[in-house]
Amino acid sequence: MIEAAFPAPQPGEAAAPYWRALEEGRLVFQRCKSCGHAWLPGRGECPRCLAPDPEWTPAAGNAKLVSWVIFHHGYHEYYAARLPYNVAVVELEEGPRLVSNIVEADGQLKIDMRLELVIQREAGVALARFKPTQGNQS
Amino acid sequence: MRGNVVIAGIGQTAFGKLPGRGTISLNIEACRHALADAGVEKDAVDALLVKPPTSNPQFMYGQTLAEAMGMQPRVGGAWDQGGAANISLISFAAMAIEHGQCEIALVCYADNPRTGSRHAYEKAWGDDAAYGWFGVPSGYAMLARRHMEEFGTTSEQLGAIAIAIRKHGAANPNAQLRKPLTLEQYRESPWVVDPLRRDDCCLVSDGAAAVVLMSAQRAKSLGVKKPVPILGFGQGQSSWDVPQRPDLTRTCAEISGATAFKMAGLRPHDIDVAQIYDCFTITVLMTLEAYGFAPHGQGGPFCEGGRLAIDAELPTNTAGGLLSETGMPGLQLVTEGVRQMREEATLQVKGARNCIVSNQGGVMHTHSTLILGHYL
Ligand SMILES: [Zn+2]
Repeated sequence: MIEAAFPAPQPGEAAAPYWRALEEGRLVFQRCKSCGHAWLPGRGECPRCLAPDPEWTPAAGNAKLVSWVIFHHGYHEYYAARLPYNVAVVELEEGPRLVSNIVEADGQLKIDMRLELVIQREAGVALARFKPTQGNQS
Repeated sequence: MRGNVVIAGIGQTAFGKLPGRGTISLNIEACRHALADAGVEKDAVDALLVKPPTSNPQFMYGQTLAEAMGMQPRVGGAWDQGGAANISLISFAAMAIEHGQCEIALVCYADNPRTGSRHAYEKAWGDDAAYGWFGVPSGYAMLARRHMEEFGTTSEQLGAIAIAIRKHGAANPNAQLRKPLTLEQYRESPWVVDPLRRDDCCLVSDGAAAVVLMSAQRAKSLGVKKPVPILGFGQGQSSWDVPQRPDLTRTCAEISGATAFKMAGLRPHDIDVAQIYDCFTITVLMTLEAYGFAPHGQGGPFCEGGRLAIDAELPTNTAGGLLSETGMPGLQLVTEGVRQMREEATLQVKGARNCIVSNQGGVMHTHSTLILGHYL
């Protein structure tokens, strides 16, 4: 059940397989069959060579922290009730970047720290969150 | 083309809360003042270029405005590039004048998000809203964090930018916010999206501004009092959303600034006064780095110690910028640049010969640069 107030994703055709895979417990990204470039979010064409044949590929789940912020202002009813909370940009070891939340961090965030995938449900929707890798040396 | 086209007139409305005023009405008021300032009749204008209102984008807005102004311009329309559009339209008008496509151009902008809708500044970032990713300040906060972590930039250094600009706004009788800011007050300013505080964020304002462009020759024959020459301009479009940028602390403002400096035949040390788009303090810091006023990563130390204040090394946003004059996205920076080059600013930088102006939009997605020279 998705809570009514939750800002649930409403993916178009290109991004729908990404969210379906998360629901099944897998984080996937797109890789171009023509040039090998890898990216998120889902698109119909490769942004590097423009070929129309991207392929969904499973991610290993290893990433690093590019940057993060902490919201103290509620822009949306659902998240206004959860202040303060963090939002981060993470980079998968395969290259693609995504927006996420960092969990189990005890406030000890550092850029470039190593992270690992934790798929969690928020209001019934599977999200790709990350936690610091044990024995973290960035 | 350096110096061949001038800004012959400027106009603006009041800034702040202007209930009951639509953007067409605000645009017309600013254009009326700009035409009067240039001493030009409306019927002599043959180009009307407008940045569409951020809070309420509309199809064919340039034509709606032209009809309301009783104009059928040779060159006319709206340009969607967020806050960079004002200077981009000024540079387009300058090139059109130079190449005989038009003779006298009006470039204008109006919006009313303060009494109307702020939705444009608070909306979700697509499906990433599921992670709580909302609003414009958060995008800038993401850039600021990376800058702070990578280069040791401090909250106090961001505060120094706000303090300098708010000091200038306090001296401007037309500014929406005339309260200067101390470092103590800045430190106590509440987080909006950490690492950005309320006092790092610009105002939300109703209002409009307009400029009149023509050739330097035409200005002379019309007897325009203080035509301000356009020495250089440039653009650079980072375009990609924040998470996708390979380096969060660099933007295509570097290309924009380099293009403008090259055209003007000038370098950063030739600039006497700067009007830098200050939607957030971090934007000023990163733009000054991109323009070469400070090395990449060293914008924090550069902005410290009051260097941006009126009597200091690089007086910046001398009318108060988006942080205190008006949150209007950018054209007010051009009009203040013109006042400086005419020696008519409230806080005049004595002996100033060259002024740089930056405009940008989105979360540093777009950028354009203008360099103005002392009046002819
Ligand atoms: Zn490709």
